[in-house]
Amino acid sequence: MAGPGKGGRRGASPKEIIKSLTSGSMLRVIKLVLEHYWIHLIIVLAGIIVAAIASVKGTLFTQTLIDTYIIPLIGQQSPDYQPLFHAIIKVALLYAVGAVAAFSYNLIMVKVGQGSLRIIRQQLFSKMEKLPIRYFDTHPFGDVMSIYTNDTDTLREFIGRSFPEIVNLLATLISTLISMFILSVPLSIVSLILVSFVVMITVKVSTLSGRYFGAQQRQLGAVNGYIEEMMSGQKVIKVFTHEDQTITEMEEHNEELRKVSNNAHGIANILMPATAQLGNLNYVIVAVIGAIFALNGNFGMTIGTLVSFMTLNKSFNRPFAQMSMQLNSIVMAAAGAERVYELMDETPEVDNGIVLLKAVKEDEDGKLHVSDTFTGEWGWILPDRIVKLEGDIVFDNVDFGYRPDHQILYDINMYAHKGQKIAFVGSTGAGKTTITNLLNRFYDIQDGKIRYDGININNIKKASLRNSLGIVLQDTHLFTGTIIDNIRYGWLGASDEDCIAAAKLANAHSFITRMPDGYNTVITGDGTNLSQGQRQLIAIARAAVSNPPVLILDEATSSIDTRTEQLVQKGMDSLMKGRTTFVIAHRLSTVQNADCIMVLEKGHIIERGSHEELLEQKGRYYQLYTGNAVS
Amino acid sequence: MIKTLSKYIGKYKKTSIITILLTAAEVVLDIFLPVCMAKIIDEGIQKGDLGAIYRYGIIMAVLSILAFITGVASGRLASRASTGFVANLRAAMFRKVQTFSFKNIDNFSTAGLITRLTTDASNMQMAYQMLIRMCVRSPLNMLFALVMCMIISPKLSLIFVVAIVFLGLALFLIILNAMKSFKKVFGEYDELNASIQENIRGIRVVKSFVREDYEINKFQKAIDRLYTLFCKAETIVCINNPIMLMTVYGCILALSWFGAHEVVGGAITTGQLTSLLTYVMNILISLMMLSMAFVMLTLSSASAERICQVFNEEPDIKDPENPLYNLESGSVDFENVYFAYKPGSSEYVLNDISLHINSGETIGIIGTTGSSKSSLVNLIPRLYDATKGCVKVGGTDVRQYDVKTLRDAVSMVLQNNVLFTGTILDNLRWGNPDASLEECIKACRLACIDDFIETLPEKYETRIERGGNNVSGGQKQRLCIARALLKKPKILILDDSTSAVDTATEARIQKAFAENIPDTTKIIIAQRISSVKNADRIIVMDDGKINGFGTHDELLESNEIYKAVVEGQQNGVRDFDRMGV
Repeated sequence: MAGPGKGGRRGASPKEIIKSLTSGSMLRVIKLVLEHYWIHLIIVLAGIIVAAIASVKGTLFTQTLIDTYIIPLIGQQSPDYQPLFHAIIKVALLYAVGAVAAFSYNLIMVKVGQGSLRIIRQQLFSKMEKLPIRYFDTHPFGDVMSIYTNDTDTLREFIGRSFPEIVNLLATLISTLISMFILSVPLSIVSLILVSFVVMITVKVSTLSGRYFGAQQRQLGAVNGYIEEMMSGQKVIKVFTHEDQTITEMEEHNEELRKVSNNAHGIANILMPATAQLGNLNYVIVAVIGAIFALNGNFGMTIGTLVSFMTLNKSFNRPFAQMSMQLNSIVMAAAGAERVYELMDETPEVDNGIVLLKAVKEDEDGKLHVSDTFTGEWGWILPDRIVKLEGDIVFDNVDFGYRPDHQILYDINMYAHKGQKIAFVGSTGAGKTTITNLLNRFYDIQDGKIRYDGININNIKKASLRNSLGIVLQDTHLFTGTIIDNIRYGWLGASDEDCIAAAKLANAHSFITRMPDGYNTVITGDGTNLSQGQRQLIAIARAAVSNPPVLILDEATSSIDTRTEQLVQKGMDSLMKGRTTFVIAHRLSTVQNADCIMVLEKGHIIERGSHEELLEQKGRYYQLYTGNAVS
Repeated sequence: MIKTLSKYIGKYKKTSIITILLTAAEVVLDIFLPVCMAKIIDEGIQKGDLGAIYRYGIIMAVLSILAFITGVASGRLASRASTGFVANLRAAMFRKVQTFSFKNIDNFSTAGLITRLTTDASNMQMAYQMLIRMCVRSPLNMLFALVMCMIISPKLSLIFVVAIVFLGLALFLIILNAMKSFKKVFGEYDELNASIQENIRGIRVVKSFVREDYEINKFQKAIDRLYTLFCKAETIVCINNPIMLMTVYGCILALSWFGAHEVVGGAITTGQLTSLLTYVMNILISLMMLSMAFVMLTLSSASAERICQVFNEEPDIKDPENPLYNLESGSVDFENVYFAYKPGSSEYVLNDISLHINSGETIGIIGTTGSSKSSLVNLIPRLYDATKGCVKVGGTDVRQYDVKTLRDAVSMVLQNNVLFTGTILDNLRWGNPDASLEECIKACRLACIDDFIETLPEKYETRIERGGNNVSGGQKQRLCIARALLKKPKILILDDSTSAVDTATEARIQKAFAENIPDTTKIIIAQRISSVKNADRIIVMDDGKINGFGTHDELLESNEIYKAVVEGQQNGVRDFDRMGV
């Protein structure tokens, strides 16, 4: 989480900063902020200017205070403080305006920063939900997650904190510079020349420390990687009594890290004293030159002007070191924005389907009509006719590969009529799971056709197609919420009674009612408070409540039976009743009850038929069944 | 907590102290600079004395150069001390973890240990540098500036005292409130991330139920909540700014008013008044910095606490006082052994276990998930200690052996085994660092993995990626077995270590064991009957107890559970996945 020192401070060269700021993704972030908050930003700008003017005016006041209000009074018998009082009131008002302006623009910036972030998060998530399954299969979970956590955080840091700070510093610099030029042009030029040294040093140190911090981050990555690996294998280390070797190795990495990080921080620590003391030297030089001018009467320099000028000169030196620290966040944010927009630019799932699934009603003549209310009957709405939803599936010469150059399934032909069960068996990697990815169009086939009730599934709207299919996968995913909400996920319109009926069908009712809060027990996403079997029961109930005519099941790999696993099995059996089912089978009972068994090997259906027929063939299925596998 | 951690400053104690002293020196030098500036104005510019300007200019330049030197030196040393301290801390923590028993590791969880060694350690570096620099600099700066003010005018200094108290209190209240609000924010933030996590992991569920819009809606509500909380928390922080400004401006105005009276009254000079005005910023900025340091330190105190937990954990398995370095034979005895994972708990996962295994015997162990098969074998190499009763290896209580001697003699292949980054050979040599290539090849032959290695382009020099992700599950298991064999153990324990290996290969491995290492006691935990069928004797575990102990045929006759499992595997449950390949 956003603890202290995340990533550490690092330097950046001006080149890097400009490159980051003008990178495509960064410009898009800036555009997004401007688009939504341009009015806010104008007000902020005005506020910053007002606050900066107030601050400069205030600085100048301290000088007029002495020249105009104090020195003339010295030595007077009864000094008149009235003018001073008025001046103070006037300045106080000015200060108040400045403080109010500063407070307001800070408040508005909070809204701008957080608001922009909300928009970015929202866009990011909406986009992600629309991405095809392929995206999730090809991008590691940790990478996707880190876009939400680390990368959006760098944007938060930039929009919410660094950006206003940079504008603020710029405003101070500019208003100070203008005041300085008004007071004395030649001294301002001297001062500018001196300040350029400060800028040069800042740039040099930042560039250098940027390089060292890069080295530090790499070595930190190496050490953390080593620690992660060793901690994950800690029990193996113990078993092999490998502790001493591991310690030696770790200490080598650790010492390397200490060295580079000492360099990085050592250099970064130069920046503050260097700029501060250069500022002081600057002060002395300006004082000497200014005094010479004043004493010789050059350029109309007076003592009062000189004193004011020097105060301004002092505050002119200060912001550069602060600025360099804020600029770093631009580099970080650009890298973050890059990854955020990489996801946003992914192509979403394409859906050219037009056939919709709607509730239908049959009239006396047996003709189907679209119904506005729930009828329990569903139909595919084609342009010229309505086809009743039955659950009849045909695979016709289907070829498929996750990549075009790597085919996984070859010429798959099969059919399942309404209510029939097809079981897939075969060794790991034979392509069983792949088949189930095609029916719901998680992936599109490369050649051939899949027909659902005679309709090419490519013509069916994806939402309608998926609503007509139920899926129970091996690793069950539930969502944080109550158990009943998780069941209702299958059909958002389900009443409590519907959900309970589904749970009963799934064999989940009894264990749920034994939970402390029954159906209202809150479970966490990964269901840590439930056993694997119990989570599966809920997933079965979830599929049951959606009442689909076609099911895709992936049976859990069996270990030695336990009670819950029997319940899961029974639940699956009752779910399958009356539905067309494609099941990746691990159990004999499932296989025996199947209307047809498909034996898959290396992407081909090599045998098909009923249990008895296949045993008779004495082929691959027979080998699998008897355990006499030849490898 | 501070006491525990300060031990690890070690040789950087001197560096730290010098850093503090240098920082103090830098502050003192810095403090005199405004005095010089005042003199330049008072005696130089206002009196038109160029000589005075030169004089004080040179003094100021010298002070400034000295301040630069001390500043840079203290910065460099601070980084040396803080990076050194953290390197020490990290290494010490790592060394401490190496002394942990399995139970200690379980107490923290792997993820917990990783966080402590990585993120928490890095946080400590920031915190330490802040402690020896910012936390020295700011208060000293404030103090010295205040002293200078007192010297100039005790009366006007009262303004500062009031300001410090006011600002200090205000900052404290703001920080307190802000931290409370931010805690809420981070709670909500964690929840948001958890929900994103659910969505990514469960994307197939979301898509199959066509719930994309539903999830987007849910997410929108969550980020709206986060937005509200975040704005509230940040608004509190925003109050900081006007309060600071108010205090600074208030001080300036008060100084102007009262100062004017003092100057006119002749109590102080105009130059001194300008010095006071310079110190206003000095003092209040220091206070602000101090409050920031306070926040940072509070945040990192959570890290410090977590790190201390590691140091305070007592390793619960230690070498005995006069350890035995010799192990007679590979026999194993359990005498009335009870075992619970939580100390003092009466929920025993092993209940009154007594058994005897002869040296050289092959023992199979079978039982349902959760029947404590792993717990039983974990006691043999003392990965855990029995809660009650006594476990003996070679006729002697395991607690009397030197732990390294015991574990080298009892080689165990864990259920969740890992390979490490490095070549295959590197990994094999974990078993025996001095093993020759021939010995390694021999072990691989026994584990039936030599054929596979020979097909690799770089053979035994092939690099294993982190976590062994470039080899299949079955290959990984066999490599782990080979690694364990290289120890030339007296007892070899395989905890479900051939589950991803096909039956035919498994049979070959077992045959190789019987022929090549007949004197080694072999204990094999398995799910499949075929894995244990040929063992000399088989233990049937049920709910933490031994339900049966005998040969395959004996158990088939007399043991109900065993019979059920055999029948189940032959008829009811047929795993088509595992039978293949």
